[in-house]
Amino acid sequence: MADAVQTNAQPHADAHAHPSNLQHHFDTPAQQFDASKFGMWLFLSTEVLFFSGLFLFYTVVRRHHPDAFALGSTFLDWRLGAINTLVLIASSLTMALGVYFAQRSMQRALVFCLVLTLIGAFTFMGIKYIEYSHKIHEQIVWGKWFNPTRGHEAAEHENAAPHGEVASQQDAEAAEPASGSHEPQPAAASAAPAAAIQSQPTAASTDSAPASEPALPIEQSGIMMAGNGPSGLAAGEEVEEKGEEPELDTYALAKQRKDVHLFLGVYFCLTGLHGIHVLAGIVMIICLLIGAIKGRYNSDYYTPIDVGGLYWHLVDLVWIFLFPLLYLV
Amino acid sequence: MADQVQHGSDQPRVGHLVPWTTLLLTCFALMCLTVLTVYVAEYVDLGRFNIWLALIIATLKASLVCLYFMHLRYDRSFNAIVLIVAILTLMLFIGLALLDTNSYADELYRPDWDNFAPAITQQRDLAP
Repeated sequence: MADAVQTNAQPHADAHAHPSNLQHHFDTPAQQFDASKFGMWLFLSTEVLFFSGLFLFYTVVRRHHPDAFALGSTFLDWRLGAINTLVLIASSLTMALGVYFAQRSMQRALVFCLVLTLIGAFTFMGIKYIEYSHKIHEQIVWGKWFNPTRGHEAAEHENAAPHGEVASQQDAEAAEPASGSHEPQPAAASAAPAAAIQSQPTAASTDSAPASEPALPIEQSGIMMAGNGPSGLAAGEEVEEKGEEPELDTYALAKQRKDVHLFLGVYFCLTGLHGIHVLAGIVMIICLLIGAIKGRYNSDYYTPIDVGGLYWHLVDLVWIFLFPLLYLV
Repeated sequence: MADQVQHGSDQPRVGHLVPWTTLLLTCFALMCLTVLTVYVAEYVDLGRFNIWLALIIATLKASLVCLYFMHLRYDRSFNAIVLIVAILTLMLFIGLALLDTNSYADELYRPDWDNFAPAITQQRDLAP
């Protein structure tokens, strides 16, 4: 009698022997594994199309404002971008090695690789944080808040005395190579009231310089035109140029154009969405890490590590394209 | 447990084991291509084709990641077809939108058209 009653925890250990992780709507573990990977690849396709919308945004805006892109990308430090690229490639390697060790049931090596991947992910986000905070600090942001200001010193130059017509003529000549089609004078004249309007939100932002707001915006516009030329007051401060020619004051040139904020909008949208994907990947890797520490993954069942690795490689893929498009224009 | 798993076993039950030397080589190739991308951007001047060269190198890096890190070379080709279709859709998307945007006139409205309109209106009103 006792033989006929099965009291073990696996109710069908005798009925049909199969690995404990095989679900019943699949015939074989191979079929289940293939279905999981196929599902993940479908999701990755949707992610590719998700980013393609923003890549289209980049393409159309760049096609219509190529000079703004060239000028705007001088505000980005390509060395930080290159380091981020290498960090992500290394974290992709450690993730792929994690899959390898899971396939070979080497649990400690798997945990080690997942930890290394996490370290790479956090390094990437740390460098992103440094880049973003520097840009926000210098008001190199999108839309109407675009007002590139070196540290806090440039804010004080808004109230200094003008240098006269000579400065504004050289100002116009400096704007020639950067702008393509617009005459410098109307561009500077129309940018100046826009700059006056920009001074309102900058006073509201938390880390702008304390405001001695000029009483008359019209007078400030005249000061801006002269003071920001290469022979104006801006030439006195040390120029830490990221552009090709060290004597170009990219901050001043960017303020003379009306469309550099578009590049910054593209930059923050693309890298911001990518950063959100990295954060989601961090959460996912932490979940995988917890499972790996508990010994859940081995050569019989490593599917979550594999599909998690696919997601992480996609994050790396997107950055591989973002880096040259944004930083190396 | 129905199956016992050996520590350090050689082959997984499902899927393919990509050798770790292959993975290391791929990573090294990716890093070299990154250095090449930066070098080309800083020191090689092709004018407006710089961005295309950078994109070609990026596509090469992406295919290395897809083939080796993402196991596409060792997998069923069905997964590769899924990705390729997504990429083709992307190219269609961007290509058609670029076709459209390239056909825009530079100016939709010229300020001196205001001067033309009154003349035309006068001619129409004075017509016998």
